[in-house]
Amino acid sequence: MKTEARSINSSAWTEKIGQAARDLAMRCGNYVVDIISELGDIAIFAGQILLWLVTARPKKETLLPNFYAVGVLSLPVVALTGTFIGMVLANQSYTQFKAIGMESRLGAVINYSLVRELGPVLAATMLAGRVGSAMAAVLGTMRVTEQIDALISMGANPIHYLVVPRFLACVMLIPALTIMADFMGILGGYFYSVILLGIDHAQYIRNSRDFVGGFDFFAGIFKSVFFGGIIAVVSCYRGFNCQAGAEGVGRAATASFVLSFVLILVLDLLMNIILDMVSLAIWPGGAKLI
Amino acid sequence: MLASEQATQLSPSAKTLVETREMSLVFGRQTILNRISITIPKGQTLAIIGESGCGKTMLLKSLVGLLKPTTGNILFDGIDIHSLSDVEMTTMRRRFGFVFQNAALFDSMTIGQNVAFPMSQHGIPSGKNGKTLVLERLAEVGLPDAVVAKRPAQLSGGMRKRVGLARALILEPDLILYDEPTTGLDPIMSDVINELIMRTRRKYPVTSVMVTHDMLSAKKVADRIIMLYPFTRLEKGESQILFDGTPDEIDHTQDRRVRQFVRGEAGERLMEMRAARTERSGPGDLDTLKHLDVRGDD
Repeated sequence: MKTEARSINSSAWTEKIGQAARDLAMRCGNYVVDIISELGDIAIFAGQILLWLVTARPKKETLLPNFYAVGVLSLPVVALTGTFIGMVLANQSYTQFKAIGMESRLGAVINYSLVRELGPVLAATMLAGRVGSAMAAVLGTMRVTEQIDALISMGANPIHYLVVPRFLACVMLIPALTIMADFMGILGGYFYSVILLGIDHAQYIRNSRDFVGGFDFFAGIFKSVFFGGIIAVVSCYRGFNCQAGAEGVGRAATASFVLSFVLILVLDLLMNIILDMVSLAIWPGGAKLI
Repeated sequence: MLASEQATQLSPSAKTLVETREMSLVFGRQTILNRISITIPKGQTLAIIGESGCGKTMLLKSLVGLLKPTTGNILFDGIDIHSLSDVEMTTMRRRFGFVFQNAALFDSMTIGQNVAFPMSQHGIPSGKNGKTLVLERLAEVGLPDAVVAKRPAQLSGGMRKRVGLARALILEPDLILYDEPTTGLDPIMSDVINELIMRTRRKYPVTSVMVTHDMLSAKKVADRIIMLYPFTRLEKGESQILFDGTPDEIDHTQDRRVRQFVRGEAGERLMEMRAARTERSGPGDLDTLKHLDVRGDD
């Protein structure tokens, strides 16, 4: 009798565990399907932007305010963060390099990191946070308050009128912001290394010049153009698909930053691999730190 | 004679401007509009009434191509608007004017730029004549010249709605659509808007479709009223259009649901809400509705 009860109990547990596993698998499956379908939607949205980009010229009055917001207004914050990142890099690397007696090579590692990696990623992060979230919030509010419907009802295409100018502003001005982040980071790194830590000026400059080449500078700028495109597409997509109410707008702004940032990092890795392969193909030896 | 037949005979010789043929709108698994067929003759002012969520605004947006029906057709001046190319549709939109519920003025523009926007979109030069036209339209809706430099956020709700009307009228459209034009306004401002709608109809040969749940406004402004009912609450096989007739006829209709709506009575709705709540939460959680004495109209 007892054995029979135990067997029924055990089969009930097995069934429960099986059900829980099925639920978990279904939830994971739905999550994956949602992600894939959202990426597909974003790709279609990007396709529409490119189509409008080549079929109709945006109006000057829609371009200038976006260029001003993306370029001019982002410049101070990018310059400031660039300066501090340069100094933090110097501060963090100094102890390690000094331990192996290579502190004079600090310029090479700081400037290489800045030009290849931190400059473009930092400028893109600041742009995603400052401009991307604002774009998602503005377009989301326009969606919620029927301003996008109003545009369509008056014969304007919202992609052409609202998204293309923002896309162009991000893509065309992010290189300038990256150059500013690079420049200020190099200055910050030099100031901390040479002025504060007392590293020899001539050695610092020579090592930087020997190790950081034109291709590294180009690679950073090249990557940044794609980062700018990602920020504009993701932010505008999130704004256009905003849910109703203040909460919907807030969520669109936050989600646009998170998704842009994740995609920037993924793309950064992929492009680094490709650019390194290109670099090795052109200069098989490459520059060496030691 | 059916109410719809009576309404169509309001102006038997009038040519049809807008027509929906068996139009349905479905989002996911939710049917919003089911096989709606309406014919709107030129020059008519039609009010579409119905409770919140019955699909009136969706119907209005479908009429100008802002939403695409799942099945059925929408004809404007005999042309199926969803068969048009993007360029043709843009040209066609010059003939529509839409007054949105909360005006939907562009925050980034001044009032003058908002009103002139349809002109710039349709390639009409906004020179000296354009500015005069903007001021004229603003004057028609009772707004002073000084508002042109202001931003939408600086205006009251009533003023914003009037700017929305001026913007919709700037190109003298053939069809003007009003989405709840008096909602959220005080009674005086509501009547001002009603008067403006009537004056617009007198001044321009315009066909108007107004979505509202303000019965005073519908009776005053419209010469035909259609009442929509939520699809989910219809009896099987019943039409979603519960009433189609003149404002006088709606007061004498036999349909209990139409009478309740016209008189603003809850009727059996509270009973339904109570039943739905019981289904969801069980009988122990009805404190908020329990004390209400709810009786149907009949």
